[in-house]
Amino acid sequence: MKDEHLIHVENLKKHYLEGKIHALDGVSLDIDKGEVVVIIGPSGSGKSTLLRSLNLLELPTSGNIFVDGVDITDSRVDINLHRQKMGMVFQHFNLFPNMTVLRNMTLAPEVLLKKPHDEAEKKAHELLKKVNLDDRADTYPAQLSGGQQQRIAIVRALCMDPEIMLFDEPTSALDPEMVGEVLEVMKSLAGDGMTMAVVTHEMGFAREVADRVVFMADGKILETGTPEDIFDHPKNDRLKNFLAKIL
Amino acid sequence: MSFKDSFSQAFLQKDRWQLLLKGFGNTIIITLAAAVLGIIIGIVAGAVRAAYDKNIERMRRRKNASYYILSFFNFIFKIYITIIRGTPTVVQLLICYFMIFSSWRNGIPVAMFAFGLNSGAYVAEIIRGGIMSIDEGQFEAGRSLGFNYTQTMRYIIVPQVIKDVLPALMNEFITLFKETSIAGYVGIRDLTKAGDIIRATTLQVYLPLLIVAAMYLIIVLLMTYIEGKVERRLRANER
Repeated sequence: MKDEHLIHVENLKKHYLEGKIHALDGVSLDIDKGEVVVIIGPSGSGKSTLLRSLNLLELPTSGNIFVDGVDITDSRVDINLHRQKMGMVFQHFNLFPNMTVLRNMTLAPEVLLKKPHDEAEKKAHELLKKVNLDDRADTYPAQLSGGQQQRIAIVRALCMDPEIMLFDEPTSALDPEMVGEVLEVMKSLAGDGMTMAVVTHEMGFAREVADRVVFMADGKILETGTPEDIFDHPKNDRLKNFLAKIL
Repeated sequence: MSFKDSFSQAFLQKDRWQLLLKGFGNTIIITLAAAVLGIIIGIVAGAVRAAYDKNIERMRRRKNASYYILSFFNFIFKIYITIIRGTPTVVQLLICYFMIFSSWRNGIPVAMFAFGLNSGAYVAEIIRGGIMSIDEGQFEAGRSLGFNYTQTMRYIIVPQVIKDVLPALMNEFITLFKETSIAGYVGIRDLTKAGDIIRATTLQVYLPLLIVAAMYLIIVLLMTYIEGKVERRLRANER
C-alpha cells in the first residue's frame, strides 16, 4: 500500500496548547506521482498545517507520513535529505534578500548536491528563461515585484530537481494583477508532469489544473474528489456553504 | 601662566607626553584584546542562546542528548549574561584583579580578560537579538531546501545577521573603548590615568584632562567613520 503512493499520510494529528486546539484531527491522504492535489478550505481549517507537515516544517503530534515508502516522522530518518526532494513555495516568497536571484538559485544545489558552480548556474539560467526572468539574474529580490519574486521562488525550488512541489498559498500575498503570472508558471509545471500539492484560494486554478481537490475544515478532510465533484456536485454541507461564500 | 607655558609644563617638561602616549597605547591594546575576546565569547554564547530559543520547543518532544547539552549551555550562558550585565564593570575588574588573578602583578592581561568577559555578554545579546530578528521565513526557506540547522545559519542567516548587528556591535566597542578608562583602578597606566597623573603632578586642572578627552573623541570618531564605510559597502546593491 504505502509503496504505491509517492506520499501517504496516515491519521495525522497536530495538537496545540496541551491538546486544546486540534489543527489536524486525524488526516489521511495519498498523493501519487504526477498528481496535482489542491487543498481548499476556510482559514483555520488546517490546510497549511497539513502541507507544512509533509516536509516536517510542522511536527505532527501523532500519525505517519510516508514519502517514497519511508516514514519521515521516524526520528532516525534524515529529514534534510527528504526535504531536498520536496520543493516548497511560501506565501511570502522567502527569497534570500542579501543574494542575487542567481545566487538564490545556485546556493542549495552547490552546497547540498555538490553541483559544480558552472553547472548550477547553467541550470538556473535555463529555469529563469522558462519564467521569462533571465534578464533579472543579477538583481536582488527587493528590486523585483511580488509576482517576479514568487516566480523566482518557484524556480529556486526547482533547481534541486524535486520529486514533489508544495505550494503554501503562493498567490495570497500578491497584488491581483500578479496572480496570473504565478499561476501560469504553476500550470506549466503541472503540464510537465510535476507532482504538486497546492494550498490555495484560487478556485479557478483548482478547477482547471487539479487532478483531485481536497476540502478541509476543522482539521479534517471532509470531502475529496475531482474538480467536477467538488465544485459542481458538492455533497458535504460545509463544502456547499464554503463554495457559496467564495464563488 | 600663559597657554604656551601650561602646554609646555603639561606635555613637554620631563617628557610627560611619553606618559600620555604610553597610556594611549595601553588603552588601545586593552580595547583590541577585549574586543576580540568579546566577539569570540559573544558569538558562541549568542548562537547557543538563539539556538535554544529557536529549537527547544521541537527538541522537548524528543529528549535526546542534544536537548540536554543545549539546555545546559544555555543555562550557563544565561547566568553569565545576568551576572555581567547586573554588576558594575569596575567591580568585575576589581574581582578579576584582586580575587581571580590576585597573583598576577601585571594588570594589563587581567584588564584584557575582564573587559573581554564583560563585552562578551553584551555582544552575546546583540548576536542573539540579530538572529532572532531574521524573519522565520528565511529559516523555513533554508530548511525546506534541505539545509540542516547549522548550514541554514552559516549560509543564509549569519550573513544577514552580520549586516543587521554591525551598528549595534560598533556601538558596543565604542562603549568598551571608553569603559577601559577605569583600568586605573587596578594600577594600569592607561590614557585616563596618564592624564590624571599629569594633572596631579603639575596641578593643572584643564589642559591634561581636555587633551585626554579629545584623544578619546578622535578615536571614537574614527571608529564611527570606519563603521559607516563598512556598512555602506555591505549594503551596496541591496534595497
